[in-house]
Amino acid sequence: MTRTLWDSTVGKKTIMAVTGLVMLGYLVAHMVGNLKIFFGPGEFDGYAHWLRTMGEPVLHYEWALWLVRVGLVAAVVLHGVSAYQLSRRDIKARPAKYVHKKPRASYATRTMRWGGIILALFIVWHILDLTTGTVHTSFEAGHPYQNVIDTFSTWYGNVIYIVAVLAMGLHVQHGFWSAAQTLGVGNATRDRILKTLANLLAAVLTVGFISVPVAVMTGVVS
Amino acid sequence: MKLTLRVWRQQNPETPGAMATYEVDNISADMSFLEMLDTLNEELTLAGDEPVAFDHDCREGICGACSLVINGDAHGPERTTTCQLHMRSFADGDTIDIEPWRASAFPVIKDLVVDRSSFDRIIQSGGYISAPTGTAPDAHATPVPKPDADFAFEHAECIGCGACVAACPNGSAMLFTSAKVNHLNVLPQGAPERETRSWTWWPRWTRRALAAAP
Ligand code: HEM
Ligand code: FES
Repeated sequence: MTRTLWDSTVGKKTIMAVTGLVMLGYLVAHMVGNLKIFFGPGEFDGYAHWLRTMGEPVLHYEWALWLVRVGLVAAVVLHGVSAYQLSRRDIKARPAKYVHKKPRASYATRTMRWGGIILALFIVWHILDLTTGTVHTSFEAGHPYQNVIDTFSTWYGNVIYIVAVLAMGLHVQHGFWSAAQTLGVGNATRDRILKTLANLLAAVLTVGFISVPVAVMTGVVS
Repeated sequence: MKLTLRVWRQQNPETPGAMATYEVDNISADMSFLEMLDTLNEELTLAGDEPVAFDHDCREGICGACSLVINGDAHGPERTTTCQLHMRSFADGDTIDIEPWRASAFPVIKDLVVDRSSFDRIIQSGGYISAPTGTAPDAHATPVPKPDADFAFEHAECIGCGACVAACPNGSAMLFTSAKVNHLNVLPQGAPERETRSWTWWPRWTRRALAAAP
């Protein structure tokens, strides 16, 4: 069964849909967690500490966090590899292009491939910036509140995060609906509900994530 | 009406094709799109040129033979088949681009005619079994429960023209294939070999449950 699932186009699309929804779940949790920054350094840093102790005493320190990380890496890799292979199949399925070109889909739909690449690059940058601190100017482990403020005190930090979050919003807007379609949940009557839900999710995530750099820029969080 | 047509001409599968431009005059708004092409072909024949090859059969929207991408839309601007499209959907002086279905699953045979036998093979894999069972039985010889017949019929409304493949940005036959899977999998004829030919990682009841949910 695994072979067929991975070999067939519908199988790869199912994998894309499921891994996409897993990452979407993570994004919702991450966005909500980020909002704790509005409650001050104690609350935010305490929350970051809890991320490392969650699951104790059943699990050891950081085990649950590492389980989440392994799951997310698997999701990103499966999602990306399926996207790449499906794109190759798409291109092969229409070797001769139509002479009469028509702008077909929405902006979100047309930017899925580039948006995905931007997000993948952003995730690497973001981990080097706020998890390992490699590209951060004044990183201090265990003090994410100050690290976030430092990131959003540089113009390029704001640009990178805001562009990435906008790309994420567009990706979620089309991706959520697409996943529903792939998993066979969509139909003519449910289409409007699913599109509304996709728009809502994308809007809430975008506003929630962007509120942090905006708050730092305007001095609401300092 | 006077129209400029830009039509895909291709001698055979091996030769590369190109758009050719033709002018047609005295086109009535009541003509069907295919009658307009018949007019062009009569003129081409009279002039000693090769007529444009295109597929058609019933010309009443039930067989799925007609297949043109008109101004970038499979079957043109109306929600119907090319044979049911009328020239009143166009304006005098328009330029109309006419292309074949473009997909590697549908290689061009000539001009606007493509080979859609890949669809036949999909139907064969679900609708029949490989054992010879004699001549075709009477239609009512195999009882089918009414709800199954209704479900199958709803999905048999797909006439297999291939427009879904032509229109899909990915050249995918998902719509046709899923219509056939739904149509044929509830019927008893292909049942003996069903599990070896198509399978699902969703339990079968989920499809019914999803179809029944609001
Ligand atoms: C303004 C927006 C964002 C802010 C302020 C932010 C902030 C943070 C912070 C502070 C951490 C480190 C947490 C810790 O070590 O305790 C982190 C980790 C992470 N963030 Fe974000 N983030 C944002 C947007 C995003 C987006 C859009 C994505 C995904 C596309 C994302 C994915 C991740 C991932 C994968 C980690 C690594 C978790 C780990 O390995 O520990 N973040 N983020
Ligand atoms: S010719 Fe039969 S459907 Fe158009």
